[in-house]
Amino acid sequence: MEEVKLMKGNEAVAEAAIRAGVDAYFGYPITPQSEVIEYLMAEEPHKRTGMVVLQAESELAAINMVYGAAACGKKAMTSSSSPGFSLKQEGISYIAGAELPCVIVDVVRGGPGLGTIQPSQADYFQVVKGGGHGDYNLIVLAPATVQEMADFIELAFELAFKYRNPAVILSDGVIGQMMEKVVFSPQKERLTDEEVDKLYNSWATTGKKNGRERNIITSLELVPERQEAHNHHLQAKYKKITENEIRFETFNCEDADYLLVAYGSSARICQKTVQLAREKGIKVGLLRPITLWPYPSEAINKLADQVKGILAVEMSAGQMVEDVRLAVNGKVKVEHYGRFGGMVHSPNEVLDALETKIIGG
Amino acid sequence: MTEEIIIAGFGGQGVLSMGKILAYSGIMEDKEVSWMPSYGPEMRGGTANVAVIISDERINSPVLHNFDTAIILNQQSMDKFEESVNPGGVLLYDPNGIIHHPTRKDINIYTIEGANEASKLKSSKTFNMIVLGAFLKIKPIVKMENVLKGLKKSLPERHHHLIPMNEEAIKVGFEKIKEVQTV
Amino acid sequence: MSENILTPEEIIKTGELVFKKTKLMTDAELSYCPGCGHGVAHRITMEVIEELGLEEQTIGIAPVGCSVLAYEFMNVDMQEAAHGRAPALATGIKRVYPNKTVFTYQGDGDLAAIGTAETIHACNRGENITIIFINNGIYGMTGGQMAPTTLPGMNSSTSPYGRDVHTMGYPLKITELVAMLPGTSYVTRQAVHKPGLVRKAKKAIKKAFELQMENKGTSFVEIVSNCNSGWKMTPVESNEWLDKNMLDYYPLGDLKG
Ligand SMILES: Cc1ncc(C[n+]2csc(CCOP(=O)(O)OP(=O)(O)O)c2C)c(N)n1
Ligand code: SF4
Repeated sequence: MEEVKLMKGNEAVAEAAIRAGVDAYFGYPITPQSEVIEYLMAEEPHKRTGMVVLQAESELAAINMVYGAAACGKKAMTSSSSPGFSLKQEGISYIAGAELPCVIVDVVRGGPGLGTIQPSQADYFQVVKGGGHGDYNLIVLAPATVQEMADFIELAFELAFKYRNPAVILSDGVIGQMMEKVVFSPQKERLTDEEVDKLYNSWATTGKKNGRERNIITSLELVPERQEAHNHHLQAKYKKITENEIRFETFNCEDADYLLVAYGSSARICQKTVQLAREKGIKVGLLRPITLWPYPSEAINKLADQVKGILAVEMSAGQMVEDVRLAVNGKVKVEHYGRFGGMVHSPNEVLDALETKIIGG
Repeated sequence: MTEEIIIAGFGGQGVLSMGKILAYSGIMEDKEVSWMPSYGPEMRGGTANVAVIISDERINSPVLHNFDTAIILNQQSMDKFEESVNPGGVLLYDPNGIIHHPTRKDINIYTIEGANEASKLKSSKTFNMIVLGAFLKIKPIVKMENVLKGLKKSLPERHHHLIPMNEEAIKVGFEKIKEVQTV
Repeated sequence: MSENILTPEEIIKTGELVFKKTKLMTDAELSYCPGCGHGVAHRITMEVIEELGLEEQTIGIAPVGCSVLAYEFMNVDMQEAAHGRAPALATGIKRVYPNKTVFTYQGDGDLAAIGTAETIHACNRGENITIIFINNGIYGMTGGQMAPTTLPGMNSSTSPYGRDVHTMGYPLKITELVAMLPGTSYVTRQAVHKPGLVRKAKKAIKKAFELQMENKGTSFVEIVSNCNSGWKMTPVESNEWLDKNMLDYYPLGDLKG
C-alpha cells in the first residue's frame, strides 16, 4: 500500500507526471500553478527517471517544445494558467492539426487580460471550444480533487496516445492550491527509445531507420481537397472519442426534483449545497461532468425528463451553461449561477441561487 | 465528526503551517482533511488565511464562508471573519494588537496570549504552536500523540530537533487559554 | 544622540528644502517590499520626466512583474501591457504619435525572457522610445523563480540547487546584445543601491529621454537592482550581495553612446 501524502494539487500533478513515466515537461512560471515546475525542479526527476524538465522563455516556447518532443513519440507535457494558456493556443492548434499526443494542464485564474490570480472557471470556452484556429477538439478532463489531479495525468496521456490527440487537464486555483490526501500509483518505467520506435513507428519522427518510409509531422495541406479529407478524418476521430470516452459522476440524482450541473471545484461546492438543500427538504441532485469534451449531454438530457429545473454552477459569467442548454434542448428551465473574476461562491450562495432562480423563479 | 476551521492572521505568523500540522494530525488519525490557503502577493506582509477541514466523512466543499471555529491573529482578520463563525461556534484569538474585540453574543469566545507567551519561551517561532495548543484544549479533535506525529511529518528532517520546543509550546497554549464567554 | 533629532517645527523653521517628492509620483502606497530597488527607479524616472517638462506628452508602459502596478504610482498617462509585450505597445504609440515621449519600464523576465523578441526587434527598428530595464536576476512577482539573468549557481525556486548553466543556460546579457544593434542610440547599465549610483543612474535616464526627443533611436537603461524577498535576504544583505556578486557579471557604465 502506497503512503498517504498531504499535497497541493499542483504538486500532485508534478509527482504524478514523474510516476507516469513522462519524458519531458516544459513550462513557464505563472501563479497559481508555479508549484508544478518548482516541485519538478526540486525533485530532480532526471535522477529518478531520466525525465527532462526545462523552464522555457515563454509559454509560446514551452508549447512548441512540447510539439517537438511529442512529434518524436515521447510523452511530453506543459502546464500554465489562463494568460499562459491563451499564449499556447497557436501551438495547440498546430498540435491538434498534426495529431500529436500531449498533455496540457490549465490551472485557471480570473480574467480577462491579466485579471487576477484567484480561482476561476472562465477558461471553459477557450479550452473546451478551442481557442485556436480551425475545427479541432481537445480531450478535456476536469479534476475535482487533489487525488484526481494526480490520477488524471496518467489517464490524460493514455487518451492522448490512444487517439493521437492533445488532452487538457482543466483545473483551477482552488484545486491547484489546496492540500488534500493523495496516494500515488507506483513508478512506471519510461519507454525506452527502442520501445518508442516500435510503438509509434508509423508516425513518430525518430529517424528513418530500418528501411521504413520517412515520417513527416505537419499540419499543412495546401490542396484544399486533401485538407478537407484530413478534416473528415479528424471529425471521424472526434466522433469515436465522443462515443467512447464520456465520463461523469452523479450524486443524489435518483429522486431529485432539481439538478445542479457543475465541474471541478464548483462540483465540490455543489455537493455541500446538495447536502444543505436536503437538510431543508429540497430534493436536489448533482451531475458532475468529468470530461468537458466530450460532454455528457445525453445523461443531462435524460435527467431533464425527471427534474423541474437545472442550475449550471461555474465560476464564470456563464460558459458551460451553454452546453447544458444544448443538452436539455428546451425541456426544462436552465439557469446559470456563479461568482466570477476570482471570487468563489459558497455552498449557501449556490443554494440561494437555486431557490430564487429555479425553484421560486 | 466534521470540524471546519479558519485560521487567519499576518503572513509570517505561521498561519499556513499551523493549518498544515493540523491537517497532518488528521491524516494520522485516518481522517479526511483539506487545507485551502489564501495565496498570492497579498501574503507579502499582508494577511494570510487557511481553511482547514477535518472530518470522518469525505469532504465536499473545500471552500467555505462559515466555520465552526475561527482562529484569529490580527485585527483585519477579526474584521473579516468574526461574522463567519457559525452560531454556537468558537472564536479563539490573540488579544495582542486587537483594538476592536469581538462583540457577538451567540458564539463561544476564548483568548490566548500567544505572542506574549512566545516571547516568554524566547522564540517567536513557537507562537503558532501555542495557539494550536489552545485550540486543541477547546476542540480535542485530534490526539496529542498524533499532533506530534503530524508535526514531525510537516517539518523537514533538519528541523526535527525543534520538536520538543514545539511540544512545550502546545502545552503552554493548553494551559494559558482563557475563556471570555460561552453560550 | 537625542538632541540631534529635529522637531517638526525646527525642520520647517530652517526653510531649507532638502527633498521634495516629484509631483509625478502619486500618493498611492508603493506595493513593493520594503528595501526593493523598484521604488528608487520609479522616482528618478519620474523626476527626469518632470525636470525635462515632458509630463503632458509622456506615455509610459507598465510590464507584467512586480512593477505591474507602476501605473498606480507614475503620475503620467500609462498603459499596461501583456507579459513581455511592452516594446510592441510602445512601438504602436510612437508610430502614431512620433512627437510624444514613450517609455517602457520592464523587469528581466518580462524584457529578457518572454519579451526577448519584442525587445530585440523594437531596438533593431530603432524605435524612438526609452526602455528602463530593471535587472534583479529573478522573477519577483511570481515568488522567486529563475530569470534569464539569474547568475550561475544562484538559487531560485526553479533552480533550487543553483543555476546550472549546462541545462539552464547562461545569464543573458541582453544589454550587451541590444548595444550591438544599429538601432540603439544609447545603451547603459546603472544601479541604485548607493546614493552616488542613484545620481548617476538619474543622469543616464535623463540622457536617454533627451536622445529620444532628438529622434536618435532607442535608448536603453539597465538598472541592476535587488529583490530582497526573492533572494530571501534582508534589504541590507541584498544590497551587499548585489554589490559583491551582480556587478562582476553585469559591470556598470555606458555600453554605447
Ligand atoms: C503570459 C504570462 N505568463 C506568465 C505570467 C506570470 N508572471 C507574472 S510576472 C512574471 C515574471 C516577473 O519577473 P520580472 O520581469 O523579472 O519582474 P520582477 O517581478 O522581478 O520585477 C511572470 C512569469 C503572466 N502574467 N503572463
Ligand atoms: S518581490 Fe522583489 S522585486 Fe518584487 S517588490 Fe519585492 S523585493 Fe521588489
